[in-house]
Amino acid sequence: MSRAEHRDTADGGAAAAVAAVPRAVGAGGAPSRLWTSGLFRSELLTTFRRWRTLALLAVLAAVPVLVGIAVRIETGDGSSAGGGPGGGGGGGEGPAFIAQITNNGLFLVFTALAVTLPFFLPMAVGVVAGDAIAGEANGGTLRYLLVAPAGRTRLLLTKYATVMTFCLVATLVVAASALAVGALLFPLGEVTTISGTRIGFGEGLLRALLIALAVAASLLGIAALGLFVSTLTNSGIAAMATTVGLLITVQILDQIPQLDALHPYFFSHYWLSFADLMREPVYWDDLQRNLGLQALYAAVFGSAAWARFTSRDITA
Amino acid sequence: MAPYESDDSARAGDAAVLAAEAEEMRSARRRKAARYVVPATVLGVAAATIGLVPAFAGSGDPDLPKISAQELIEKIAASDVQRVSGTVKVTTDLGLPDLGGLADTLGAQGSSGGAGSSADPSSKLLELASGTHTLRIATDGPDKQKLSLLDKTSEYSLIHNGDEVWAYDSASNEVYHATGAGEEGKGGKDGKGREDVPATPRQLAEEALKAVDDTTSVTVDGTAQVAGRDAYKLVIAPRQSGSTVGAISIAVDAKTGLPLKFTLTPASGGSAVVDAGFTQVDFGKPSASTFDFTPPKGAKVTEADEVEKSGHRGDKADEFGEDFGKEFGEDFGADLGKDFGADFGTGAAGGEAGAGLKTVGKGWSAIAVIDSGAEGGMPTGGSESLGDSRVDGFLNSLGDQVKGDFGSGTVFKTRLINVLFTDDGKVYAGAVTKDALVKAADADR
Repeated sequence: MSRAEHRDTADGGAAAAVAAVPRAVGAGGAPSRLWTSGLFRSELLTTFRRWRTLALLAVLAAVPVLVGIAVRIETGDGSSAGGGPGGGGGGGEGPAFIAQITNNGLFLVFTALAVTLPFFLPMAVGVVAGDAIAGEANGGTLRYLLVAPAGRTRLLLTKYATVMTFCLVATLVVAASALAVGALLFPLGEVTTISGTRIGFGEGLLRALLIALAVAASLLGIAALGLFVSTLTNSGIAAMATTVGLLITVQILDQIPQLDALHPYFFSHYWLSFADLMREPVYWDDLQRNLGLQALYAAVFGSAAWARFTSRDITA
Repeated sequence: MAPYESDDSARAGDAAVLAAEAEEMRSARRRKAARYVVPATVLGVAAATIGLVPAFAGSGDPDLPKISAQELIEKIAASDVQRVSGTVKVTTDLGLPDLGGLADTLGAQGSSGGAGSSADPSSKLLELASGTHTLRIATDGPDKQKLSLLDKTSEYSLIHNGDEVWAYDSASNEVYHATGAGEEGKGGKDGKGREDVPATPRQLAEEALKAVDDTTSVTVDGTAQVAGRDAYKLVIAPRQSGSTVGAISIAVDAKTGLPLKFTLTPASGGSAVVDAGFTQVDFGKPSASTFDFTPPKGAKVTEADEVEKSGHRGDKADEFGEDFGKEFGEDFGADLGKDFGADFGTGAAGGEAGAGLKTVGKGWSAIAVIDSGAEGGMPTGGSESLGDSRVDGFLNSLGDQVKGDFGSGTVFKTRLINVLFTDDGKVYAGAVTKDALVKAADADR
């Protein structure tokens, strides 16, 4: 690891670590900024080299494969999913876009994202975000990280940037896996938007990329929430469990009609708005609301994490 | 941090220094606490923005020259907007249980007939009767219209382009197709209901204006901003008592005369029963590709003719669609209550349409009376049983038992329409209060 902790940890201890912080903040300037990208790179490497992270990504990549094979088997006789005999009234059931997969493999990307967005993706993000600070504290490496003249604020920002990168990578893994499976099992070609108009395959791919970005952005709220929870405890497991627990709780509350007035403030409420990118013309209202809401969550819980992390005593 | 920095002085054991240290620790703690002001401030600013922005946005009523109600109505009538596209939000709160489920049930019943298609327009329109929906409309002259009903991850589109009428349900990838000739053969009313985009503010307003007579007051009530455009507010209210309709408010675009927003508030107060308005509107020419439709590969296409031939289901669904279209598009004014009540009455009775229908009273407090003749033929929930105890119980739980000179019966209430089923098989329905229904029943006796 290029964490640089070995440089001066021999006689370090908490006192040196704490003393280093003000100096680093005071120093500022160009060298520190360079150092930040070094820290960010080392954080990325640490995160993506973990078996846990790789296993999460593997599970995410497997979901589109399962969906694709299931649709392929179910529609082997030529009927389309969800639109089989007698399915006229119940056409709206099943994951979004599933009826179109047989005709265009690109739709597997949308279905896979719609399937993984409610739970798999945010759970993976919750695990990584919850582990970000609390995991270091748990392993006893947090104070060594702080020995280096980076400053707590910068370390926190680096951690959040790493989690955001994971959001993007996880989403792209799902999308890429879905695209590969879709291209293998189903025909590709002109795309019919859900508004009934047609767009070329190239534009369809572009929309798929936009959708992946929208989905990744949808995860920023829970990433900030997970990071905040992670600063509250020294136990990585507790932070992950709390984050995933909050995710499930919010999803359940979002289903209760009596709480209608609160729904627009739940971070998961506008998640499915990514489907609006498949309308022609694109319907931006909910997408904007989603992005605004995620930014709000990131601001509130990001600053709360900052307040907590910069003021707490690091004992481990 | 403080203890480490003051290691030396602590060793000195000076009491004053110890006190100073304690003070420093306290202030350090205060500084730490102060950091939490940042997230709290962010949250506060966000909450204030969310709370205040709509309030400010709503307060900026535009300054427009004064206009009389008559002039405004003429403006609407003279309005000749050929090209418009925009987003419409429709909120319907009749105080009914979620009708989406009911529609599903009906659809499922129908599709056992074999020719059902979830893309059939009539089975979709019922969804509009409850909840909030976002629609997109685009019109380019009389030949090209498109209406899209935006669902969460799917969309239902109705496209009229020249002779062709297409309906596409992206959730099930099903297509419904009718040609212009078939459409006319089906009867003008149905066709019209389908071509004219139902529930556009303009149609709602036109229908409401037809009802204007001595029973109704029409006034211009200031101005408003709707979808970023300056608009006059026309308020139509019943003069009679006993109606459940409080007022109908129509926001009319000051430049084009196009009604932009339609709101029906009940006399009992509370939120609007129907609120349909543009949230975004554009008077430019919609792109031609908007109205192009070719069924996607693999989509199940249902031809309108086939549906008609298959009889049963088509009739039933069309009837619903027609009723609903009539509801929203054609008789929305004073007879709204009458129609809606009657339709629902017949619907509940399983399609025994219009046997002995007559109307009592006029204007807003008109009450439709249906004499089914068959005693106990209606689900009164009294001593009569439908055989199915579950249905019985369900209906009982919805209705209120009432007694009067006419005998006894059950009143089913919504926020707009009340329906009285008497035990001797008569049905009174209207956009009137429960007392008015009982009075009508007494007088009818």
